[in-house]
Amino acid sequence: MSVVTVQLGQCGNQVGQELFDVMRSDAPDVHRKTYSAVSRERFFRQTTQGALEARAVLIDMEPKVINHSMSEAAKSGRWRYGETSHFSQKQGSGNNWANGYCVHGPRHRDAVEELVRREVEHCDMLAGFIPIMSVAGGTGSGVGTFVTQCLRDVYPSSFVLNHLTWPYGTGEVIVQNYNSVLTLAHLYQLSDAILVHENDIVHKICSQLLKIKQISFSDINRVIAHQLGGVLQPTLTPVSCGAYSRHPIGIDWQVCPPPASAGRSRSLSAGSFNTSLANLLILRGKDVYSADTGGFEDPAIYTSWLPPDEALSLWKSPVPFNKYEKSATLVSNSQALLRPLDDMVRKAWNMFASRAYIHQYVKFGISEEDFLDSFTSLEQVISSYSELQ
Amino acid sequence: MSEERLLAKLKCSLQVGQCGNQVGCRFWDLALREHAHVNKRGLYDEALSSFFRNVDPRKSDGGACCVGGRIQHLKARAVLIDMEEGVVHRILQGPLREVFDSAQLLTDVSGSGNNWAVGNLTYGSAYMDSIVNKLRKAAEHCDCLQCFFLIHSMGGGTGSGLGTRVLSLLEEEFPDVCRIVTAMYPSAEDDVITSPYNSVLAMKELTEHADCVLPVENQSLVDIVNKISLMSHDAKPGCVLKKESTVTSGQGGVSPTERPFDAMNNIVANLLLNITSSSRFDGSLNMDLNEIAMNLVPFPRLHYLVPSLTPLYTLADVNIPTRRLDQMFSDAFSKEHQLIRADPKHSLYLACALMVRGNVQVSDLRRNIERLRPSLPFVSWNQEGWKTGLCSVPPVGHTHSLLALANNTCVKPTFMELRDRFTKLYKKKAHLHHYLHIDGMEQSTFSEALSSLSALIEEYHHLDATKARLIPDAPRLSIAR
Repeated sequence: MSVVTVQLGQCGNQVGQELFDVMRSDAPDVHRKTYSAVSRERFFRQTTQGALEARAVLIDMEPKVINHSMSEAAKSGRWRYGETSHFSQKQGSGNNWANGYCVHGPRHRDAVEELVRREVEHCDMLAGFIPIMSVAGGTGSGVGTFVTQCLRDVYPSSFVLNHLTWPYGTGEVIVQNYNSVLTLAHLYQLSDAILVHENDIVHKICSQLLKIKQISFSDINRVIAHQLGGVLQPTLTPVSCGAYSRHPIGIDWQVCPPPASAGRSRSLSAGSFNTSLANLLILRGKDVYSADTGGFEDPAIYTSWLPPDEALSLWKSPVPFNKYEKSATLVSNSQALLRPLDDMVRKAWNMFASRAYIHQYVKFGISEEDFLDSFTSLEQVISSYSELQ
Repeated sequence: MSEERLLAKLKCSLQVGQCGNQVGCRFWDLALREHAHVNKRGLYDEALSSFFRNVDPRKSDGGACCVGGRIQHLKARAVLIDMEEGVVHRILQGPLREVFDSAQLLTDVSGSGNNWAVGNLTYGSAYMDSIVNKLRKAAEHCDCLQCFFLIHSMGGGTGSGLGTRVLSLLEEEFPDVCRIVTAMYPSAEDDVITSPYNSVLAMKELTEHADCVLPVENQSLVDIVNKISLMSHDAKPGCVLKKESTVTSGQGGVSPTERPFDAMNNIVANLLLNITSSSRFDGSLNMDLNEIAMNLVPFPRLHYLVPSLTPLYTLADVNIPTRRLDQMFSDAFSKEHQLIRADPKHSLYLACALMVRGNVQVSDLRRNIERLRPSLPFVSWNQEGWKTGLCSVPPVGHTHSLLALANNTCVKPTFMELRDRFTKLYKKKAHLHHYLHIDGMEQSTFSEALSSLSALIEEYHHLDATKARLIPDAPRLSIAR
């Protein structure tokens, strides 16, 4: 089964290129033929000349980053992007979500849908889509949200997994909290699952774990690509009967809480650990079958209304990933993002209270009402996660 | 789709008046030099195309060449306007003559007599159609104009009066194209007595019709140039001033001699080079021009952005690269590097942008923001209000550089001082008749301009008042369970 990746904006295109690089170099042709074959089928297609091309659509409102990503890929000699798989304009979105969502998105809808359709046609079986974008800017966030909506409309039975990069808490873009709030509120309705990387956290990985002295965005993007690759590369799941799971994201991501019960107090307690709704643990490499994963089954880390054997999924692959003899990836639906989300909403709300920058959004078609709807949406999400016990 | 729609992201500069044209030409000179330094293969690339047309005079259809081919003749996307012939004439005699098309020029002979009304109303009306035609011509060479750069001084008649008339024309004819104005403000000792009138009359136009304004005070430029000159004469042992940098010297540029205002104009030209660098060159975090207006203008009228440029000179004795880098960031917030006489650290920041060029990574940026942030007062609703950009190509002669643009209430004293100078003259009705006898000029024009300035000062004042107060978080929406 194949996955079509849609890279949006500067971040999306930079991360996407690193991701394909990881996936290509992780699956060398010689050893582990099945693993390589599944991985390749999933993310690449072969041209008539035998070259590997990524199943990707590259979108940006200005051309420099796409040009760079395409040439970096070609330089590797092992894979490349399709010559005609990209769409760019030259004006940029000005870090304005409204400009991306209300102007650029609709204006270029046909062109983008055509590119996606062409890529989908190359797939024998389509599993779904992975839009990759940041939430801070204008294109990734605004155009990305609009494109996600289009994917939903055109391919209602396909899976949509959005990968989002959250910006550093202390500003890359001044209106990043507005752009983030608008993106998240919309994606909650549209997306099947949202995988998040926060620049602050990845930065800490670079400095504290990898001991990199002068950290660049390339370093950040490589860590993200490595972790994302760790999730997306082939694995054996409990239901895949000894073969690599055909569906890359086989977990049931829809979790429904029981009807609301009284007496739950809302608190963002620091101190204790983050309660999980569900966890996906992926082990790769040596000793995966003998690894003790008991700790992840402890009922204490899950909500009381979901038994651990339903909440925990365990996937394994004996193939070492990306040159790591052993590696583990944890994808967690938990309160871990609660604090960052709450901070983002708080800052955006403070700014909104003084109506700062609102005229810039109104100019392109997003009203105060739209902002209020988005805030309401996210407060509900925050509330739901806060109440997990 | 592989056909790249040539919706080029073009910038067009409009230089109006003597000062505007001198600065503008310095900019084009340096831009050519900057691109020549990077573009060794003579390729007409995206970066060049946003500022220059490539013309092959042998072609019959007018000669425009597409991106990707070799450089034939580069023509600046610029319109040059002056009501005297001197400056433009000199440009056309000089080494930059090939860079400008005669179709892009608009000149007259008699000048504006340092009278805003003559520039704005008399010449404005006379040349309105001609200017619009020239702009349309400049714009038609592309499908998409991203930004207009207007460069003019505030104290005279042409730059100030006709310049602001052009500004409102731009808004009318091209409402969706960003208008960024670099405005040179006169110092108190300016030899044009009526410069306060001209400046305040122009300010109303800037407040109403510009998307953002980069105010530059002549006095600040004088102080900076003097300081550089002192440094090079007074050099401490082991301290070497890099002479070939584009910031401090015109050497290597097209014009052979250094004239008195050249050093000052150089600095302003560098401001423009830096602000556009991310649009022209690659970087890991691009900062486009339309992003500047979006991030730095929280309320429409408060769009005056104080520029500061570092380094202004390169010291070779500070050997530790990190220390030199960190010093650059510190300097960006010091009084001495601001291009208006203001101290942003002691006023209130509404927003701040940092455009870094050269071999600087995101961790250097973060480290310095964290280091400097505690000493910088930011408005309560924008505590982390930073807009950052990383462009990998530094200016010629430097390993890195930093442009800071601050939306800061420190402009208030500058505007108040301007208002005082205005009122001193206006109270006595001094020289008023020169203005009032111009067709279209009324007493109300003066009083409206004054009110506009006062209202602007009030807005900054209200924000200042919030500085000391501790503003609690706004109460959040409560959700029904």
